[in-house]
Amino acid sequence: MIESTTIENNSLTLSDVSLGVIGSVKTPAKVRQRVKRLYRQIRTENVFKRALVLMGLIMIVLVIGILLTLIVESLPSIKALGAKYLWGRTWDPVQDIYGAYPFLLGTLLTSFLALAISVPFSIAIAIFLGEYFPKGWIPDFLKNTVELIAAVPSVIYGFWGLAVLVPIVRSFETKIGVDPYGVGIFSSSLILAVMIIPYAASLGRSVIQMVPSALKEAAYSLGATRWEVIKHVIIPYTKSGLFAGILLSLGRALGETMAVTMVIGNTSIIPKSIFAPGNTMASVIANEFTEADKPVYLSALIELGLVLFLVTVVINMIGRRVISRFTNE
Amino acid sequence: MNSSVKFRIGKSKAFQWLTTALAFACILPLFAILFFIIKAGITKINWHFLVNVPKPVGETGGGIANALLGTFIIIVVAALIAIPIGILCGVYLSENKKSRLAYWSRMCVDILQGVPSIVVGIVAYFWLVKPLGGFSALSGSVALAIMMLPIVIRSTEETLKLLPDSLKEAAFALGMPFHRVILKVIIPCGISGILSGVMLSVARVAGETAPLLFTAFGNPYLSANVTKPMQSLPLLIFNYATSPYNDWHDLAWGASLILLVFVLVLNISTKLITKRWKVQL
Repeated sequence: MIESTTIENNSLTLSDVSLGVIGSVKTPAKVRQRVKRLYRQIRTENVFKRALVLMGLIMIVLVIGILLTLIVESLPSIKALGAKYLWGRTWDPVQDIYGAYPFLLGTLLTSFLALAISVPFSIAIAIFLGEYFPKGWIPDFLKNTVELIAAVPSVIYGFWGLAVLVPIVRSFETKIGVDPYGVGIFSSSLILAVMIIPYAASLGRSVIQMVPSALKEAAYSLGATRWEVIKHVIIPYTKSGLFAGILLSLGRALGETMAVTMVIGNTSIIPKSIFAPGNTMASVIANEFTEADKPVYLSALIELGLVLFLVTVVINMIGRRVISRFTNE
Repeated sequence: MNSSVKFRIGKSKAFQWLTTALAFACILPLFAILFFIIKAGITKINWHFLVNVPKPVGETGGGIANALLGTFIIIVVAALIAIPIGILCGVYLSENKKSRLAYWSRMCVDILQGVPSIVVGIVAYFWLVKPLGGFSALSGSVALAIMMLPIVIRSTEETLKLLPDSLKEAAFALGMPFHRVILKVIIPCGISGILSGVMLSVARVAGETAPLLFTAFGNPYLSANVTKPMQSLPLLIFNYATSPYNDWHDLAWGASLILLVFVLVLNISTKLITKRWKVQL
């Protein structure tokens, strides 16, 4: 472009050459126009760059905003009830008695029971897909199907649990001779166990695939069987990654609301056994939030939300820290 | 071969079979759910079901038109909020790999991904429902947008990171300003990855109930006003499934089937897209 300008136009000025990059220019008016356009582009560019930084800032503001909102709104209950709120054993909003212990216990029981049920399955999937059959259409099918387990909406798990699982659990409870509620901690744990399988499984699969083949081959050359390689090489090598996957599953289980709300029975007394109905932190919020008519009542529920938020954040952070350390090694 | 070697090989084989059995046992619940929902829902769905609003208890018939329209509006508004912010934030994170702000921003996206949905609902309640003086579809959309953001951001960032630097350098060498390089070169090149992230995020929030409980709240009538309460499929399923009436259970089964098919189709087509264009998510 610069060349064509110089040939056609002999009254070329210095600014023409320097502005040549933005097109062929002929008169001073046009030069001014081009310069204006150039400045406009630079301005747009700066605005755009600032907008990008702003987007990055919004994420930080969002998370801090969530935290602050939860803290501010739960201040009335923190002030009125203090720390003993968390291990108060009775929850009776009608008489203004608030104790979160039944919900803490309910959440821990359902989550860890679900974890105990799901871990063997998710580790099995991880080993199957990561070590035994990494390629082919059968493992592809298994992998995609397992990922779809995470896609099913939790309200549908809840509905299915209510209609299909609860009657089965009820007849099981009758058979072993406990009170046949059907709904309760045990049913919730079963549903949760299904829901959280994919999280530990997919992370486990990717860490198992990252085991250097030299390590495995060394073990094979010493005469180890497949099981011995898995037990003595793969599992020890991927321990931290598998642990991180289990942590992420736990984070999901703790915060899961709808499926649990629908099958746990929603009673605010301390569950006597794992077959008794109960309540988790998330389910009590879901059930009572819109009914909370007193400021302290509402604020006590939000404090549960705050606890839930902090616990899941800590669990997720530890999980991600472990993963990033594993992948960097 | 001596017996100890035989024993070890047998143990190894046994373990392999056990692993295979456990791995395939996991997909049974999914198929059980699919089978049951299809069986219970397919007979309820007809034209009448799709274009009518629910009837009061005691009258048979009625449909879920209000929930279908509500879900559509709530998700579209949520997507309008989340997609631009999400893509731009993803661009920012992929362009600034090392800066301090980007580090904290990335961490916040991680945190956001793990926030329980019920907590998002509480926060949206205090940010929008209380100041505006009532439940509204808009507040539900904002809550869902907050849940969509981390997925859109992550997929955008991961996709753009994989693009070769030469693309960007070539565009800069032609004298293109930064914003045009991003909008006309970088984003179009990564569009398949970004698109699949958007579809995944829509699939995820389409079934979310907890954030809508205290925001969109639900509405038995047909409504397209985003400042008023609005029904949505997951809310309808939750409310009607936990009700004691058989007519309402029927509605909930039909709605479950529609929601499940929608979510699964979105997920499967995302998988096909990522496979077709070899996108890494």
